[in-house]
Amino acid sequence: MGRVWHTMLAEIGQFALILAFLVAAAQAVLPMVGAIRGDSALMNFGRTTAQLQAALLALAFAILMASFARADFSVALVAQHSALDQPLAYRLAATWGNHEGSMLLWVLILALFGAGIAAFGDNLRASLQARTLSIQAMITTAFLAFSIFTSNPFARLDPAPLDGSELNPLLQDPGLVFHPPLLYLGYVGFSVTFSFAVAALLEGRADAAWARWMRPWVLAAWVPLTLGIALGSFWAYYELGWGGWWFWDPVENASLMPWLLGTALLHSAIVTEKRQALAGWTILLAILAFSLSLIGTFLVRSGILTSVHAFAVDPERGVFILGMIGVATGGALALFALRAPMLRSGALFSGVSREAGLTLNNLFLMAVTSVVFFGTFYPVVMEAFDQKVSVGPPYYNMVFAPLSVPLLILVTVGPMLAWKRDSLSTLAPKLKWVGLATLASFVAAGFLLGWSEVGAAFGFALALWLIAGGVMALAKRWRGAAGFNVRLVRTTPPAVLGMALAHAGLGVLVAGISAMSALSAERILVMRPGQTVEVGAIAVKFLSLAEVQGANYRAMQAQFEVTRGGRVRTLVSERRIYPNSRNQTTEAGIDAGFLGNSYIAIGDQQQGPAGDGLVVRSYWHPLVGWIWFGGLMMALGGAASLADRRYRIGAATKLPPVPKAGPVAATVPAE
Amino acid sequence: MKRLLFLLPILAFVGLFAVFGVGLTHDPKLLPSQLIDRPLPEFELPGIAEAPGGGPGFASASIRGEPALLNVFASWCAACPQEHPVLTRIAEEGVPVYGLAWKDVPADSRGWLEKWGNPYVKVAADEAGRTAIDLGVTGVPETFIVDKRGRVRYKQIGPISPEQWTDTLKPLLAQLRAEA
Repeated sequence: MGRVWHTMLAEIGQFALILAFLVAAAQAVLPMVGAIRGDSALMNFGRTTAQLQAALLALAFAILMASFARADFSVALVAQHSALDQPLAYRLAATWGNHEGSMLLWVLILALFGAGIAAFGDNLRASLQARTLSIQAMITTAFLAFSIFTSNPFARLDPAPLDGSELNPLLQDPGLVFHPPLLYLGYVGFSVTFSFAVAALLEGRADAAWARWMRPWVLAAWVPLTLGIALGSFWAYYELGWGGWWFWDPVENASLMPWLLGTALLHSAIVTEKRQALAGWTILLAILAFSLSLIGTFLVRSGILTSVHAFAVDPERGVFILGMIGVATGGALALFALRAPMLRSGALFSGVSREAGLTLNNLFLMAVTSVVFFGTFYPVVMEAFDQKVSVGPPYYNMVFAPLSVPLLILVTVGPMLAWKRDSLSTLAPKLKWVGLATLASFVAAGFLLGWSEVGAAFGFALALWLIAGGVMALAKRWRGAAGFNVRLVRTTPPAVLGMALAHAGLGVLVAGISAMSALSAERILVMRPGQTVEVGAIAVKFLSLAEVQGANYRAMQAQFEVTRGGRVRTLVSERRIYPNSRNQTTEAGIDAGFLGNSYIAIGDQQQGPAGDGLVVRSYWHPLVGWIWFGGLMMALGGAASLADRRYRIGAATKLPPVPKAGPVAATVPAE
Repeated sequence: MKRLLFLLPILAFVGLFAVFGVGLTHDPKLLPSQLIDRPLPEFELPGIAEAPGGGPGFASASIRGEPALLNVFASWCAACPQEHPVLTRIAEEGVPVYGLAWKDVPADSRGWLEKWGNPYVKVAADEAGRTAIDLGVTGVPETFIVDKRGRVRYKQIGPISPEQWTDTLKPLLAQLRAEA
């Protein structure tokens, strides 16, 4: 009997997938009907099905993972993407390192978020929750249909091969274990805000309670997306061997765009919550953030743009996803055009106020997103007219930077502004010290680096402005009438700490980017053992070259001695060849430090002017680690904000029932 | 006026959607050749000594008078043996196929032709790869269809599959033969 179970695993997974599809289809219709008719039984139905769906999909996903763990090559997907000599951890990670498996992960996360709406939505209007669950289920139904009909992960292979072909070795890396799931958590997380926005349009109500309820979900998507992007950038840095941290690759852009809009949404939802203004705009952002997530999927899977990431290039799947985008985004935007003008518009605010600052922030974020969008899709648009063009980093550097600067300046000004009405004369003293410190650091950096590097000096000053701004936002809160007050420190809501941390993290990120763009150094040379080369702040000595044998690869391994100041380190750089798939990868040797990284990648053996040697690319990357650390700080800030009691989901169940909307918002202490 | 503002997102989306739809009908791997409808770039290359059926090589000017295939191959190319039976079949159907061995040591090309058989009417060696640059070759195998007047009419990237031969290339050749 036990043996029979094992042989049927994939079929059980398949059935779970089909059942989940049927359950989702029912959930897409019934709670919506219940909300229209005011039938509470039908509305409650959605809460049960949402959790059932998640359980079924978790089962399907666990079965697929088990098939990979058991190396069951009778499952086609397992045979195509894993091999026996592959370490178990990477065979498990291979579950989502391919198109079919990653789609299953996608729907699983979608269903988990749906279950979250059902589980944590007790303080929500029943009809709004029912509608949100229905919309969420429509998305799940579509993706499940996509998975079952065009990319079935459980398809069998007969006869089963003795060994499989392996996962792309570029993807055999700890980075892969977390990068895609984090990105998916982010992309899919925006499905909740999308469903919520569409439900609000259907209800014709987008009030403070609505925005308040949505905000933790925005954060729940934004935090993993931030981590995912940072991790992806880090992975590209050490694995691809190009020595860069961001390449404006279409797929990187596809993750950056929802992040930018998600950031805008995070801020506009605050305005809607606190002041009941910008409701229409918040809804539009929620719709667009998820649409861009869908387009991100489309971009990778349709073959419309080719890039390193495109692991399932197939126009048929592209048509399906395009159809899905058409219905979801088109439908939501049409509804927006019909219903949004009727939403009650919120309170007025003056030109100098927290609201105005946040609105301006939103406009800049929107502009920056448009820049990325245009750069990413211009080639697609031109191709529709039969022209091949590509848009490179110069475009982004030229347009992205000038738009980002005012946005970054605004980051520190915003939290200093009062709600509703403020004036420049009260603002100036608050920013006096931060402003002076920024100016001083600009001058100091200019003298230290030389005025030819004025851009870098400006970048560092901007970084200081942001970090000091974060500190000031806290200081402002902690300073009572009689100076510094410990009680105020203890009562500072996590959301405020989170904001300060995230803004300071942005500053750290800006410092890293400035250093990398202005002060990094590189040299590419044909070297022989014994030779030494100076690159920026470091000296690189080529020690030896050897061939080594790994678990499932052969490698050319070079040893280097890197000296910076008094610090000497031995670095190992490899070039691996995976004989199963004939793929090659570069494992750069990296010495990571607080002030910067030494980075050495090796290439082919080549003939140089002085005889045979090895192509060695040596880099000095100042403050590069700050880029990812800044990203981490931002994510931590988001997480802190998510932990805020005021948003803590489910807390309402322990409290006596509260009256709706208005009074709830009023009990929140204004910041 | 305000209503129009709310209509803006959906209008922009519809436009974009149409463009995506058109974009999807294009194959991103299809690189248009600069040479389409232009004469073959001039070249005159040596042959491969002692190869089976190997003669003195050929010049661009000799591919004329009847529609022909110019196939770029190499002994080190992994996909070329896969394409080989299709090329043999094409040659058996009476279509002249010219072979250009790209960046290959002549002795290796000879070994390759001995091993798999020679489907080509003539074989030339482009050891330095200069002619391939003029032709805009991006990899092997690649095949050009040249018409009666020596102009390039079609470029195939990657191996020719049996389906591509019967569905695309063969009808095109018939059409070129019918041309004045």
